[in-house]
Amino acid sequence: MHSLKEMRREFQRAFNVSTNRVKVAIGLGTCGIAAGGEKVWNAVNEYVENEGLDVDMMSTGCLGMCYAEPIMEVHMPGEPRFVYGNVKPETAVEILERHLKYGRPSPEYIVGQDPRGFEPAPNIMELKDTGFFKSQVKTVLGRCGIIDPEQIAHYIAFGGYEALEKVLSEMSQIEVIEEIKRSGLRGRGGGGFPTGRKWEAAYNSPGPKKYVICNADEGDPGAFMDRSILEGDPHSVLEGMAICGYAIGADEGYIYVRAEYPLAIKRLRKAIQDAEAMGILGDNILDSGFSFRIRIAAGAGAFVCGEETALMHSIEGKRGMPRVRPPYPAQSGLWGKPTNINNVETYANVPGIIRKGADWFAAMGTDNSKGSKVFALTGKIRRTGLAEVPIGISLRDVVFDIGGGIQNDRKFKAVQIGGPSGGCIPASHLDTPIDYDSLIQLGAMMGSGGLVVMDEDTCMVDVARYFLKFTQEESCGKCTPCREGTMRMLQILERICQGQGGPEDIDTLENLALVVKSTSLCGLGQSAPNPVLATLRYFRSEYEEHIFNKKCPAGICVELLDIIIDPAACKGCTLCKNVCPADAITGERKKPHSIDPEKCIKCQACIMKCPFGAITKG
Amino acid sequence: MCNCGENLRDQRYTALEKTLKKYRHTTGKIIPVLQEIQDIFGYVPIEAIREVSRELKVPSSEIYGVVTFYGQFHLQARGKNIIRVCTGTACHVQGGGKILEAITDYLGLKDGKMTSDDMMFTLEPVACLGACGMAPVMMVNEDAYGRLTPDEVPAILARYDENRKQKDDEKCIA
Repeated sequence: MHSLKEMRREFQRAFNVSTNRVKVAIGLGTCGIAAGGEKVWNAVNEYVENEGLDVDMMSTGCLGMCYAEPIMEVHMPGEPRFVYGNVKPETAVEILERHLKYGRPSPEYIVGQDPRGFEPAPNIMELKDTGFFKSQVKTVLGRCGIIDPEQIAHYIAFGGYEALEKVLSEMSQIEVIEEIKRSGLRGRGGGGFPTGRKWEAAYNSPGPKKYVICNADEGDPGAFMDRSILEGDPHSVLEGMAICGYAIGADEGYIYVRAEYPLAIKRLRKAIQDAEAMGILGDNILDSGFSFRIRIAAGAGAFVCGEETALMHSIEGKRGMPRVRPPYPAQSGLWGKPTNINNVETYANVPGIIRKGADWFAAMGTDNSKGSKVFALTGKIRRTGLAEVPIGISLRDVVFDIGGGIQNDRKFKAVQIGGPSGGCIPASHLDTPIDYDSLIQLGAMMGSGGLVVMDEDTCMVDVARYFLKFTQEESCGKCTPCREGTMRMLQILERICQGQGGPEDIDTLENLALVVKSTSLCGLGQSAPNPVLATLRYFRSEYEEHIFNKKCPAGICVELLDIIIDPAACKGCTLCKNVCPADAITGERKKPHSIDPEKCIKCQACIMKCPFGAITKG
Repeated sequence: MCNCGENLRDQRYTALEKTLKKYRHTTGKIIPVLQEIQDIFGYVPIEAIREVSRELKVPSSEIYGVVTFYGQFHLQARGKNIIRVCTGTACHVQGGGKILEAITDYLGLKDGKMTSDDMMFTLEPVACLGACGMAPVMMVNEDAYGRLTPDEVPAILARYDENRKQKDDEKCIA
């Protein structure tokens, strides 16, 4: 068999040579671009050209520090790697002027340094010691933000495709499956089914034609780890899929990517082409006799297609509706052939397990949940971003240590985990270790790993309504409990938020929720009531407040708000009167004003306008 | 007389023919075909569905079913620029609703209309753009904008607004 060893050494040499040159790297994942990374890139490029500097410019994926985007790294030969955060085009030039010309870093913009074996600069924190990274492990995300995702050479230089080589040259199909089983890897897309057992079932299914599918239809609002992996390290997913293909005996794979991720699709396409050009994918891979091709299927905007049977229907060009299982995809999947489906993060874990061994992987995590998991930290949290932690770490560690606590020093109220299928966990359970089973006991689920942090200004009834609206819109309509049940639940929740809730509504909601949960056809319907059940479990008093006292304690549900002017604080400046679109405010100049609640449309424009903070909602 | 509109029409139909030819003997490729058609026309015209039905030998009812199932496909012509506003959880919690309002205000959209009268913009609220760390987020065509505040919206949209730009140019000359 043809080996990549020589080539890898060469790529490593090339990468090292390039680290002996001055390098400026800018994060250009979707997050970085949304924060203005491209503008920084253009400004730096212009500066470098105008000054005639000899600098390598490199675009990288996401380091996970969304809160500090745009991020720029400066590497000088023989020096640590300095990571600058919240860089604007002007500051980027200022930083480079000082750093490149005079060798002086600008500590005020530095998030951290990575010594890479060189003498660390004094008084600057090392990246791995910063609050955000301290509790993290970087296995799946290890290369994200370090390598250029569009350079296959970088991937190979960092140990890429070594696992595929190992599998093809020295392992039997069964050995691969056993290794994955022994590692304890469970599906990272939500359900947490043991990956090795899934592979084994597909391997045991007879037939000459089998498929490998990567579910990259990351539809859970609040989750973006899969996008980040696809944009930042696409080859790791391809390698994981090829290993699976070898193990189960498939020669063809599909990556089903949602259409909302154009950059991920572009990078995957390039990655597949590059791998094929080097003989790492395609026919007779590295002269081993094993052939494997990967195609991309772009989704068309339907959340339900994240369900595996719906996803396969969609690839087949049909409406993406789920069907009853069994038969499971391992028996009868894509076009009726045995098929293995895993999600992006699951496949991205595979090369590491093969390379470093199942024991290394199983050393991380809890008894029943091994390895690491990537969480997306968003909402009212100080440090938003992607954090990869060993499974079993507590929610408190994630929210307060890594995430830095709540924005604007507000009080923590709940963390929503698992998207529309998950639940809200209150402060009293913050010390629960996060693993697949403990979360289910709390009425939530791991889901894809989106953590949306909520503070005291979040209304939990509104959150439940928000998720039900989502699942109701995305329900495919095939089975009655989901189609009709989510609709009725949504109507009740809307009624409650509008102050029209009746005393029987909570019971009706609970009953409906249990029926929908136990009788729906697929995971979408079965888990759709979770946000309602979890908020009822931990925040029932908020529902009661809405129903019986017609009040929204968080001040979110507009119909339940009263906007009041404090006569003692009002100076009669008339600003609010002028801004009110409904002419609801009256009062003479220099005398306290008042609001007519009948006319008020609760737009809160007056609150924002008042210079004295005299207008409040209650 | 200017007949560039005609040419444009012809070009689009030539592109359609090319697409159909490419997929003529395939099965299970309805979604990519429709995606290409939408790239060509900006939406999926009813006539195109009939053509696809004839070429791929699939009943047009089935194709119509696929078109209406997926949120990405549109049966009506859309504006020149597509604004995708994220309505995901993180954006919802961070005030994405106010961004949506600012856009509808700027475009003067009323009564559930999603395309501006001058066909310059179509507003498309989407489930999640996956840039939750940057919430609230919107995309105009392929450009992503994060950490938005409602007052930034008009200036961003104005960059894509050829009609208004033209007006401004006129002002400059005057």
